[in-house]
Amino acid sequence: MKLSAVLYESCKGKEPVDMKENKGLKCFRFLCIAPATILFFVFMIVPTFNVFRMSMYEKGAYSPNETFVGFKNFQTLLQDANFIRSMQNMILLVVVVTVITFAFALVFAGILSREKIKGQNFFRIVFYIPNILSVVVISGIFSAIYKPENGMLNSIIGLFRDMSDPILWKGQSLVMVSIIIAMVWQAIGYYMVMYMASMASVPESLYESAGLDGASRVTQFFQITIPLIWTNIRTTLTFFIISTINMAFLFVKAMTSGGPNGASDVALNYMYSQKDAGLFGYSMAIGVVIFLFSFALSALVNKVTEREPLEF
Amino acid sequence: MKKKRLLSVFLCTSMVASLVAGCGGQPQADSGSNADADAPKDDVTIKVAALETGYGSDMWKEVCDAFTAETGIKVELTTDKKLEDVIGPSMQGGDYPDVIHLATGREAALTEQFIKGNMIAEVTDVLSMQVPGEDAKVSDKIAGGFTDTSLTNPYNDGKTYLMPMFYSPCGLFYNAGLLEQKGWALPTTWDEMWELGDKAKAEGIYLFTYPTTGYFDTFFYALMYSVGGPEFFDKATRYEEGIWETPEAQKCFDIIAKLASYTNPITPAQANDQDFTQNQQLVLDNKAIFMPNGTWIVGEMAEAPRADGFKWGMTALPAIDKGGDSYSYTWFEQAWIPSGAEHIDAAKQFMAFLYSDKACEAFAKSNAIQPVLNIADKLQGDNVLFYSIYDNGAKAAMGNFAAFDAIPGVEVRTVFLDPVNSLVSGDMTKETWIKGIIEGSDKMRANLKK
Repeated sequence: MKLSAVLYESCKGKEPVDMKENKGLKCFRFLCIAPATILFFVFMIVPTFNVFRMSMYEKGAYSPNETFVGFKNFQTLLQDANFIRSMQNMILLVVVVTVITFAFALVFAGILSREKIKGQNFFRIVFYIPNILSVVVISGIFSAIYKPENGMLNSIIGLFRDMSDPILWKGQSLVMVSIIIAMVWQAIGYYMVMYMASMASVPESLYESAGLDGASRVTQFFQITIPLIWTNIRTTLTFFIISTINMAFLFVKAMTSGGPNGASDVALNYMYSQKDAGLFGYSMAIGVVIFLFSFALSALVNKVTEREPLEF
Repeated sequence: MKKKRLLSVFLCTSMVASLVAGCGGQPQADSGSNADADAPKDDVTIKVAALETGYGSDMWKEVCDAFTAETGIKVELTTDKKLEDVIGPSMQGGDYPDVIHLATGREAALTEQFIKGNMIAEVTDVLSMQVPGEDAKVSDKIAGGFTDTSLTNPYNDGKTYLMPMFYSPCGLFYNAGLLEQKGWALPTTWDEMWELGDKAKAEGIYLFTYPTTGYFDTFFYALMYSVGGPEFFDKATRYEEGIWETPEAQKCFDIIAKLASYTNPITPAQANDQDFTQNQQLVLDNKAIFMPNGTWIVGEMAEAPRADGFKWGMTALPAIDKGGDSYSYTWFEQAWIPSGAEHIDAAKQFMAFLYSDKACEAFAKSNAIQPVLNIADKLQGDNVLFYSIYDNGAKAAMGNFAAFDAIPGVEVRTVFLDPVNSLVSGDMTKETWIKGIIEGSDKMRANLKK
């Protein structure tokens, strides 16, 4: 963001008011941009390029020898059932977590910014707290919630049914659901605050006149609020995709290590485990697939949600 | 304009310089490995990296100090609970410690990667070296069998690459107090085991649990020994063709599958790195009787609440038939020298010193037991009972699955052990599990290290 702003400024400076001053200014701008550019190049561009390069090689993480294998790593990927399962899990998380978080965050933001309820600030803070906690802390909390015996969730359900055969929240059939719940819980607050910020800029007069025309609260929400914060929604959708892919790795690593028997493995976790198995090139190939996948998905979502921006 | 050009030259140089700096850490591969042979020893400082486990890190400091006092070689010690994360990055840059104490079987599998990549220095000659400060040779001190296994000689060529360190008998741990209270006898065969399982179930106690599937490795090895003896074990761990269709292998699978049905059903939901102590807690709470584990469990669960009259007990795996052999797996850690290390000769001296009386005593004080002869007098507490398991008739099982070149998606743990979680929860049948093992084993055989 900052970089582009500076670039924009330097372009604007093209009108030659005073050649000499302009030159000094240019130098100054150049000096200002240089550190960021160099750091960006060394720590972002070079490693990313290396990921693509290494995906064509085979080598252990610690061995100095690397062998060029072309696209073999990618061919193997297609037949690797574990990889396919981990991709499926990742896509499931991206879709379900996004949809649920999106819906909840939007509704909560709508209620908190439009309705007069007691303790608005309190709720705002409470919803935001999970976002401040580290993922490891959250997994600790949820471990206590999901504990099969005398865990919080099972104890509550135990009030209504017999718990001699406890529900295994981290068991093979429910483990993905459990991770989804934890991820949604963690993400809602952040997006809610983002939506609230843009809802605050929607002029009150629009709602007043709609109210006079007899539009209900729900109609107002769908006809006024959502179209007017659409640009914000589009941006957050891209955030959702990128952050869910990253967060899924953290949550899975901290909550289940991909178990039981790989049932909750996600692509980034699988990539990590393949590196540990001594397949550095192969794990980089997985990295390339995830990179392209998230890029393509973000582009697709961006395209699909394209609308004429509304002015107010 | 000139200024600008100067500036861009400066920027380019700094950029290139920063790139070069990033790669600058790599020393020439072989330099120094024999350079220090004649050098005065006072100048040499070796870097020792040791995993900090339940035994703590103080004992390492003590041993390093004793080594410096004995030989004049200085030691720079690194210990950490996640040693891989500490030494891993610098090793990727080509900067290796001289001695690494880090066992196989860890999640990050760093030692395995070095074995697979042929990046460990051969240390067969350490066995014939004199222990610093003593008259004995290293091979005279190390107990029999420890340097003949695939854990120390990974390439099956009679050459030793990794030295055996702290050993621990593994077996089934249980609450001896519970069995006494209920008047249940300790099962000596698997049939008696199932009988006990039925009796216990009637009282709401499950027969079995396990911390994570990773703990099944020692269990599986010992089971293979008791089913078919060392011969079957050697064939199976080298993935011999058709080995998993033999009656011996079927017997192994039958026992594990049956054991899965006797396992406390909440086990798989907690069988991960975060919650595994909850599974261990099941034994302390009398909700499961047996679990596979090692002697470190006593220290690990020392602070945990427990049922009244709880008393740790440990037994070898039951025999297949009455009068058959029962086995207890001998788990041990390894110390090794990366072939890229700078002071290999001094590192070998340090290795030899690890088996000296002084070092063994320092380790034993923290309950880390070196695999040396006559260590029994140095044992204390629960360890006296645990380490006497071999004196009470159990045979020692040693060794592990042979190393193979890394195969995408195929690892010993994911193929053999992780599916046990699914067997317990009923999401996988025994047949699918065996099919997966046969397929995985075929690939492993094709990629065996030569």
